Amino acid sequence: MGLATPTSTLLTEWRKEKLFVFFLLAPALLLSFAVIAYPFFYNVVISLSNMNIYHIRDWRIIGFKQYVLVLSEPRFWEILAKTIIWTVVNVVFHVGIGVFLAVLLDQKFVRGKPAWRVLFILPWALPQYITALTWRGMFNYEYGAINLLITKYLHLPPVEWLTSPTEAFIAAILTNIWLGFPFMMVIALGGLQSIPRELYEAADVDGASGWQKFRHITVPMLRPVMIPAITLGIVWTFNNINVVWLVSNGGEPNDQTHILVSFVYKAAFSMYRFGWAAALSMIIFVILLTFAEIFMRKTRATAGVNE
Amino acid sequence: MGGKKQPGYLVRRLVGMVVTYAFLILFAAISVYPVSRIVTISLRPGDRLLSTSLRIIPEDATLENYRVLLTETPFLRWMFNSTFVALVVTLTGVAFASTAGYALSRYKFRGRDGLMRGLLVTQMFPATMLLLPLYIMLIYLGLINSFLGLIIIYTATALPFCIWQMKGYYDTIPIDLEEAAKIDGCTSWQAFYKIVFPLALPALVITALFSFMTAWNEYVVANVVLQDQELFTLPLGLRMFQSSMTTQWGLYAAGSLIVSVPVVVLFIALSRYLISGLTLGSVKG
Repeated sequence: MGLATPTSTLLTEWRKEKLFVFFLLAPALLLSFAVIAYPFFYNVVISLSNMNIYHIRDWRIIGFKQYVLVLSEPRFWEILAKTIIWTVVNVVFHVGIGVFLAVLLDQKFVRGKPAWRVLFILPWALPQYITALTWRGMFNYEYGAINLLITKYLHLPPVEWLTSPTEAFIAAILTNIWLGFPFMMVIALGGLQSIPRELYEAADVDGASGWQKFRHITVPMLRPVMIPAITLGIVWTFNNINVVWLVSNGGEPNDQTHILVSFVYKAAFSMYRFGWAAALSMIIFVILLTFAEIFMRKTRATAGVNE
Repeated sequence: MGGKKQPGYLVRRLVGMVVTYAFLILFAAISVYPVSRIVTISLRPGDRLLSTSLRIIPEDATLENYRVLLTETPFLRWMFNSTFVALVVTLTGVAFASTAGYALSRYKFRGRDGLMRGLLVTQMFPATMLLLPLYIMLIYLGLINSFLGLIIIYTATALPFCIWQMKGYYDTIPIDLEEAAKIDGCTSWQAFYKIVFPLALPALVITALFSFMTAWNEYVVANVVLQDQELFTLPLGLRMFQSSMTTQWGLYAAGSLIVSVPVVVLFIALSRYLISGLTLGSVKG
């Protein structure tokens, strides 16, 4: 702001600028209000109501009853535990495989890096629903490729992937591990490239072993890049309804294969327990928000990720 | 490299190389295998769909599945539906995010921090949380079974991420450029539109890609909103083929391949930018 300008022009300038900002923001804000903010509060209202298929128009507020119902249902705790297992196992494998491949690829002698990179990105690039549906086909008991490989090459009995609860859950996890590691690999590759080579050379002079170099140079230098990616990964995985829903064909067998978000979907759109589903959504939201808040605060303190 | 090389150094290196390549090949095989299965099944003749053969190119490969898919099923109709929905979502996404992101990047105003935080919080929403209220709203508005309802939901889903993405990119463009333009007599709008907007092309491409993919690859919402087979988008149509394992498995495979190839190519070509955008968005709060 020029201090020498007369107050009146300054004021019109300031008004103009305000108007400009308003016009820039208006479309996005309007849309966000209509389809994010309003539905969010509407969801709160539904969660406090008895809305279901019989009371879709003549519903009334019944307080926190739905929340009590959710929290007192053993299924909820069972599925919460499953969701945590789902998230932890997936993210651990995503990061493990991703960093492992990135470190392999980052070695000087590896030829054809762009080509390897393309091959490894493939699972991420493929539309998620196609991945899930294709893996569902591959897990088919009689004709699926997985059982054929198991019986032909490992000479083991075929596995009932999609018809027993534990195996179906494992099938969903395997599918999701497959599609999730490329993201972490790509992030790790980017991180590795920013590590100065001199650090490794200095370590070589000191006679450090490969593992020591990994442990004391690579890991700490990758941390700042990986932490936000891992946070994202955890939220994405926790929220990934596609894979569970499509691999298990909507929770088969017998609604045993669910994580929390797929259970909300089931409750809302197959069982039409609207109030109950809305309350469950709110509970999941609080869990996720608390997690993200704590995780980001903790890592911010240790890694200095933020500005 | 250190000067003194111990005996066995070369052997160790060699072993390291062999092990590295072995793992790379193993994981490449794992990455490619499911895709190769889709190719295989799409090429099988109709009476051999339930084969237990593991050959990649079946002995009696045929394009029959593709012919049936394109001429005897509503596949092209679904393709049109998906393309239409995805393009509209892309246009609105880019238009809304590029402007809002600019305001957030360049101007301080009341509620700015709250807004940024709000956008971030939406990313913590359970995937299905807004779907229920939106579904009921659509029923009231008579927008169930319409593209408009679907487009609105998709745009809203993609918007917060796109705004963050654009904001993060604008932050890296020096503000001096606009100040110089304004001294030369440009209005704020001209400075944005003529100077900054073209410079933000990489971020715009990513925003477009992200919005397009959000719509093109979405199953769960479409499954609730669209009921009429005529209105199906590709994910709904392909799922329909897939769920009847016996008869239409080959159609599913052929369709998946047609649907995936363009987005996979696009994605791989642009992945470099996507990554820088993602990390930018999250690292440079």
